[in-house]
Amino acid sequence: MSTVETKLTSVQDAPEKQETHVHPQPSSSQKLSTFLSTYVFSKDHKVIGLQFLFSTLLWFLIGGLLALAVRWQVAWPWSDVPVVGKLFAQQGGQMAPEFYTMLFTMHATVMIFLVIIPILAGAFGNFLIPLMIGADDMAFPTLNMLSYWFMWPAFIAFGASFFVEGGAASSGWTSYPTLATNVNSSPGAGWGQTLWLVGLTFVGVSSMLGSVNYMTTIILMRAPGMTMFRLPMTIWAMFITAVLQAFALPVLTAAGFMQLADRSLGTGFFTPEGNIVNNAVATAGGGQPLLWQHLFWFYSHPAVYIMILPAMGMVSDILTCFARKPLFGYRPMVYSVAGIAGLGFIVWGHHMFMSGMNPALGTTFMVSTMMIALPSAVKTFNWLGTIWAGRIQFTTSMLFALSFVSMFIIGGLSGIFMAATPVDIFIHDTYFIVAHFHYVLFAGTAMGVWAAIYFWFPKMFGRTMNEFWGKVHFFLTFIFLNGTFFTMHILGAVGFPRRLADAYHYETFHHLQPLNAFMTYCAIGMVASQIIFAVNFFWSMFYGPVAGRNPWNSNTLEWTAPSPPGHGNFDFQPIVHRGPYEYSVPGVDSDHLMQTDPPNAAAAAAAAAAH
Amino acid sequence: MKRLAGLFWSLLFLLVPILGVITFAVAPAYDIWLPKDVSEHGAAVDGLFYFILGLTGVVFVATELCLFWFIWKYDEKNDKAEVKYRHGSHVLEVVWTVIPAAVLLFLAIYQMNTWADVKMRRPNMAPTVEVIGRQFEWRLRYPGRDGVLGTPDDLHLVNDLHLPIDEDILIQLKSMDVLHSFFLPNVRIKQDAVPGMKIPVWFKAREEGVFDIVCAELCGWGHYKMKGRVTFESRESFEQWLEVKYQEQEATQPSKTET
Repeated sequence: MSTVETKLTSVQDAPEKQETHVHPQPSSSQKLSTFLSTYVFSKDHKVIGLQFLFSTLLWFLIGGLLALAVRWQVAWPWSDVPVVGKLFAQQGGQMAPEFYTMLFTMHATVMIFLVIIPILAGAFGNFLIPLMIGADDMAFPTLNMLSYWFMWPAFIAFGASFFVEGGAASSGWTSYPTLATNVNSSPGAGWGQTLWLVGLTFVGVSSMLGSVNYMTTIILMRAPGMTMFRLPMTIWAMFITAVLQAFALPVLTAAGFMQLADRSLGTGFFTPEGNIVNNAVATAGGGQPLLWQHLFWFYSHPAVYIMILPAMGMVSDILTCFARKPLFGYRPMVYSVAGIAGLGFIVWGHHMFMSGMNPALGTTFMVSTMMIALPSAVKTFNWLGTIWAGRIQFTTSMLFALSFVSMFIIGGLSGIFMAATPVDIFIHDTYFIVAHFHYVLFAGTAMGVWAAIYFWFPKMFGRTMNEFWGKVHFFLTFIFLNGTFFTMHILGAVGFPRRLADAYHYETFHHLQPLNAFMTYCAIGMVASQIIFAVNFFWSMFYGPVAGRNPWNSNTLEWTAPSPPGHGNFDFQPIVHRGPYEYSVPGVDSDHLMQTDPPNAAAAAAAAAAH
Repeated sequence: MKRLAGLFWSLLFLLVPILGVITFAVAPAYDIWLPKDVSEHGAAVDGLFYFILGLTGVVFVATELCLFWFIWKYDEKNDKAEVKYRHGSHVLEVVWTVIPAAVLLFLAIYQMNTWADVKMRRPNMAPTVEVIGRQFEWRLRYPGRDGVLGTPDDLHLVNDLHLPIDEDILIQLKSMDVLHSFFLPNVRIKQDAVPGMKIPVWFKAREEGVFDIVCAELCGWGHYKMKGRVTFESRESFEQWLEVKYQEQEATQPSKTET
């Protein structure tokens, strides 16, 4: 890490001065304040990006362990739970049903709000945006720093909620009233739910701060020659995701405040008149439970696109690099991302087909949901077109990117079943839904995140990760994730319901325990395989082979900067002469032509001929 | 030898369509498939499920095989490979936008009638029974001997729902406390029970039998055990059962001659 230290000690100096030592004999309070401003409250987008990365990877581990506990109960209900049984013992080592409801609530909450959204936007968005557009930092560095530190109250709120009276929130990550709003409805509906709402608010503010920064930076701070249609897909995806965040989040934040008000201030936004839960006294009424659902899903549907579009963008960049070929259909790909985002605002009702909402309204949401499959299909065909007739290099990153395409096909196609309202009558709230979103979020986005980590690790840390162990990690993860999640589709076809601590006492489901046990073994294998990744990640950071500026021979601007880049990112002002996907250009010696390489007559002729 | 890695990885991706199809093909043999359907509208629901399964199945196999084939063929270690420097194809974009759009639009229109039948075209009749979800049971309220729901002689039961076959059934669904969801897997019926709302649910059963009532919306710690049973029987059998239940209920109440 010595190269980083040398660069960052001159953080207080103007870029022109080349001093590498700031003060001859700093006092300890000056040393502390320099340390704090360099590594803790840094305004450098790269440091902030890494802070997000480390925090989210830690929460990924926590969320994964919560999932294993859920899987344990589903496979072997009421058996003694190892480890957790001793820590949270209620009846010997047996899991209590209210504990189970907390587990799946917090698994989803942690994965969505503390892992996937911040790792895509906070970690990769932050690290990559200025580097890929040729800027020296974000438009608002202080705001950027705040967007990370606003996550910490959320970490503390969600973390603390496990230890308060009643335990963490247990009304599902969807927090539907009146289960979530009435403190008497379940143990986790007390302090746990309040802290959940507080945590959600801070995550929302953090995302809002980030999204404003990303939009402004991408619009205003691109290097000379970097027109919008020369941006890499990663940046387009981050930009459109930021727009989604900005327009959708305020609705969730407002809904969260309304729910807090219902719980603490005696309002009745979501509570109907005379509602009595668990023999307690009725609270103020006149409200509608369905109102929460509309407000919640108005954000949470665009949220799922927030949780995949950046991964799609990064996968596009990685596929082109390791196929040594231009992206197939660049403009259609950009328009598809915009189409997914735009349509994403008018499909939220598909989460509410069975809710009691007017069924005619359900029909309109069905049509828009059917149509949103279209841009995703276009993107899939263009990824296939990208690798067609290429020269594929089987790096770890490429394997994860290829698996993203393969797994996204499954996740996307399974969505068509639930978009069909009559079929949704049967599969709503069953494991068919659970299969669908785990394929798009885990087999899709998480694989895309790993592809991105292996790809940009050299730029972040100046060393490459170990390729052999990376491939072992990929192979095991791929096998185990399919073993865990694919059969959830057929479980859903039986009607196996979600969120049940024990479904086997129903005649319809009593024969499904062996399959669930198999799936839990696969889940355990999947989480255990991540140990290989964790060891590889930390070991390579210090002892991996030193990487040069451009270990993958990629075209985009970040690969012209040092690995890792210093404060200010670039040695020289980048000037952009072409798009990001000029690989294997005829008439050019090298198989790649970087965006900043000087204009090349042979390349220009080839580009003109190719259109 | 150099090709070994590429061959290995491409075969791994080939496993996806192979094992995917095998899983769905073999599942019904293990009874891990759509449960028995005894409803009138269920055939339309299941038919749509199978139609989508066929459609997505074909697309799944075609795209995954295509992916496998490209990974197999375009390995850089395969010396015959020559990169085609192309930025796209306008014709292909139009083709693979218009065809999926047409298929999706067709699918959208094709299913509208079934949804309307199940959720919008309510039969014009008095409710057969009122079902009220509550933490953690299904409360049932049948009309009493006067045949009118909502009077003092109504029959109150818990979890033991009986209904006649070959007749339109109309259920009035309510909740006493939190959200629940009335799910009859064998009738292809699901409807959330919302506190403060009274939601009609209707269907017709074709066959006798006893089946599960499952709660399908998280309602608290006891969500997993909110189990009811629905018995479909002939009209005579149903009325005999009602008579028995009326008498059981009347036996628990003080007679009108006592003071």
